Amino acid sequence: MPTETIQEIAIKALEGKKVDLVIGFTPGTRPLTIRPAFIDDPSAVKKLVWNDFCAINPAKYLLKHPKRVGIIANGCISRSIVMYIMEKQIERRDIYIIGVPCAGMLDKYKINAFWDKKKKKSLSSESGRVLLSGDGQIREYPRHMLLRQNCLSCRHKNPVIYDILAGKPVDENEQVTDPDIEALEALPTPDRLQYFRSIFSTCKLCYACRNACPICYCPTCFAERPDSQWAGKQADRPDPLAFHLLRAMHCAGRCTDCGACENACPAGIPLTKLTRKLNKDIRLLYHFEAGLNIETPLPFSVYNLEDPQEFMLTEELKKTARVSAV
Amino acid sequence: MERTAHTWEPKIVAFLCNWCSYAAADLAGVRRLQYPPNVRIVRVPCVGSVSPLFILFALRQGADAVIVSGCSPGDCHYRSGNLYARRRFQVFKNLLHFSGIEEDRVHFAWISAAEAELFVKTMQEVTMRVRILGPLKHLKSS
Repeated sequence: MPTETIQEIAIKALEGKKVDLVIGFTPGTRPLTIRPAFIDDPSAVKKLVWNDFCAINPAKYLLKHPKRVGIIANGCISRSIVMYIMEKQIERRDIYIIGVPCAGMLDKYKINAFWDKKKKKSLSSESGRVLLSGDGQIREYPRHMLLRQNCLSCRHKNPVIYDILAGKPVDENEQVTDPDIEALEALPTPDRLQYFRSIFSTCKLCYACRNACPICYCPTCFAERPDSQWAGKQADRPDPLAFHLLRAMHCAGRCTDCGACENACPAGIPLTKLTRKLNKDIRLLYHFEAGLNIETPLPFSVYNLEDPQEFMLTEELKKTARVSAV
Repeated sequence: MERTAHTWEPKIVAFLCNWCSYAAADLAGVRRLQYPPNVRIVRVPCVGSVSPLFILFALRQGADAVIVSGCSPGDCHYRSGNLYARRRFQVFKNLLHFSGIEEDRVHFAWISAAEAELFVKTMQEVTMRVRILGPLKHLKSS
């Protein structure tokens, strides 16, 4: 079982003085929640768990603990670690990565939709089935019905970089698509506008998404610039839409689709709609996915002379012979 | 004076690179070629320096459309600024369109210093398209 294996590996790493600290997950204060764990003593290793709710991205804490630290990492978390190495925030030799193959994390909103929040007592899952019990009942659901949206379209479940693997690798599905993104793309533009205005209507600009995101680590965020006011601070104006569009652009080609943003949002906004759309575009246009390979340069750091440019207005005008090519 | 629907004129912000597109605009002026006064020009050293932050800021401050125009690939005064920008603009245009902003509100163009007519035609085209779309209301910050 992953939890036991992780605990054994962590005890060995701490006792063998390989690391001074292990960053992982521990159950939260309420049912079906998780908290980050910072274990610096072998006696505390029993706090570490790996379950269906490990949806935060603990890689972010590596920025504060960049040396002699162990970290539990599944596919998306390991990709965040690769991004940190590429962007020169940490050194590979300073961290000990305990890799965990991942079956995806469950979506608390989907669970609440099926089961009244107050009634549920416990959850257990085994090979494709999830059992919710409480209030004298037990109900069973297929796992894919309760998975988080970005876990459903996950292309890298196994860690891409690790020192030791706590479990057998799982099968990958590299052909998976994002049907909800494709559905949104097929809508007429005014309907999409309506959709995004409605989901961002509850955004209070708390910046929990940005704080949870591993790839958002600018010392001064663009949204905190009082001189330029790029996105604004007023939640009842179009400012949230501007903030999220610009943050998505700053993470374009760097986002590893961990969904920590969506998990952190107190208003339950489906933020991965924007991130997955950008990841899809960059995958199709520039054949790039973030965090897979330390050697591959980031898509916006390079260019190709053959990059597509049909989107440019002058190309369109020249092609339709509205204007003669000079 | 009372403002009615047909007195609305689109406000278009044009980020033009100093070496090519701004020179083209200047040449259009020298040659007395008429182009719509709806276009407000912002001169930048290179379109490689134009960030998505600027484009969205212009739309939030009241622009109904934005056009960013630079040197064509291979001709950048700084060698490759426009090549980096090309990728950035493609992805940003897709993102804006996905979020519900009409495609014709954000344009990108290659206009070189001698192409005064192309500049005029491009500005005329953008103004015409945006006039059909109407004012951009939902992004204004006040």
